[in-house]
Amino acid sequence: MKHTEIELQRLKEEVSRMWKLVMSQLEKAKQAFFSGDIELALEVTGREKTIDAIELKIDNDCENYIALYSPVAVDLRLVLSLIKISITLERIGDFAEGIACHVIEESGHKLDAQLIDDLQLEKMFDTLINMLSDSFVALESENTKISGRIISKDYEVDRLYHNSLNVLTTYLLQNSGDIRSGLKTILIIRKLERIGDHCRNIVEEIVFYVDAKVLKHGGKKKAEAALANSEKNGIFA
Amino acid sequence: MIEAQGINFYYGSFHALKDISMSVQPNTVTAFIGPSGCGKSTFLRLFNRMNDLIDGVRLTGRCLVNGEDIYHKSVRVDELRKKVGMVFQKPNPFPKSIFENVAYGLRVNGAGGKSFIANRVEESLRAAALWDEVKDKLKKSAFELSGGQQQRLCIARALAISPSILLMDEPASALDPISTSKIEELIHVLKQQYTIAIVTHNMQQAARVSDKTGFFMLGELIEFSETKKMFLNPEKEQTQSYITGRFG
Repeated sequence: MKHTEIELQRLKEEVSRMWKLVMSQLEKAKQAFFSGDIELALEVTGREKTIDAIELKIDNDCENYIALYSPVAVDLRLVLSLIKISITLERIGDFAEGIACHVIEESGHKLDAQLIDDLQLEKMFDTLINMLSDSFVALESENTKISGRIISKDYEVDRLYHNSLNVLTTYLLQNSGDIRSGLKTILIIRKLERIGDHCRNIVEEIVFYVDAKVLKHGGKKKAEAALANSEKNGIFA
Repeated sequence: MIEAQGINFYYGSFHALKDISMSVQPNTVTAFIGPSGCGKSTFLRLFNRMNDLIDGVRLTGRCLVNGEDIYHKSVRVDELRKKVGMVFQKPNPFPKSIFENVAYGLRVNGAGGKSFIANRVEESLRAAALWDEVKDKLKKSAFELSGGQQQRLCIARALAISPSILLMDEPASALDPISTSKIEELIHVLKQQYTIAIVTHNMQQAARVSDKTGFFMLGELIEFSETKKMFLNPEKEQTQSYITGRFG
């Protein structure tokens, strides 16, 4: 293997390391949320800085790789994707930390167990962890066949999100003493919904790397049509 | 290790190198880049005294190889060149067999017997990543090899006499991309055993193969730093303009 390929392989491994750490953070944040385990939540918040540091290292290594080796074609797509994936993973790490902080701040204020069941939060967490783990497999195996399945899980997360808002609204109308907890729970649900969006972004980056196709914003053609339309309507004037 | 201390070099009245001081650390690759006529090849050639052959040249300052001033009157040029090998832009094999090209330096220096030479030739050809391609035709003329193979043969010839330093003056500029890639990969491997200084017009090549890079312009060493730094965040405006193609 050429030394440029070895360097590229190292970059990929660095992102894989970050990925595993972020998955572990999300799993622990979930456990801490349902069990109210403060120690576990503190472990999650304590690890956040490591994720930040790995992101900076990946940034730096990608910059160096581009500056030194001028990658083209599939190599260029991989480096660009890895930069974006590491930014996205860091955001997911932030959300996991946010959930852990919630557990620490709300210790002793457990939500009604039936409400948690009705909100289907566990299902939401599990779907997200699956999305993150499946997209990891997609990158490792450079196989985008499962990308459709991962994206459809984001729709499922969106459905759970909208359903949970209805459930929570109904609950709070009948339990006005829980409004504060309810509002804080909305913030958690919103974080989960955003994690779904980020997982989808990661899949889009993997498809860009492996298949050289642009999926985001409905693909290139839709984006170009929207841009042409905006120019026609004088938005940039 | 090679080191330049306050080097000034003149071709007649032309001041070709202006107060150059720098050092190349052992087991690293150092690239010299810059526009044509900037002095980078002149600087490289100082370190095995190739410029001695040119009339009317003058040098001030000190050139050290492994701590020794190579321009001191006690230094024998032939001994120096055993320590400091050189590879040129165009492959220049001798009109001899592949085997004899590599064995030549050993024979001239009276090194060892038949089996020693045979072993050393094989080691050198292996080190130059050429052995597998030529092992069955060692007695064939070196001119039957492709340009890229001839250049690797010249590298093997330079390695045969066990130098500690390898100077390369645009070693891949006459080669196609595949041969260039093989030479670059070879440079990357060879630095584990040798100290390498390379002059190249190809900035991407400098970035790919070197640990440190020196940028020359009009006889001055404008910037000398880690290659990563040079290609990501150069200190000098002139370096930035050159490597981004804004001038030069």
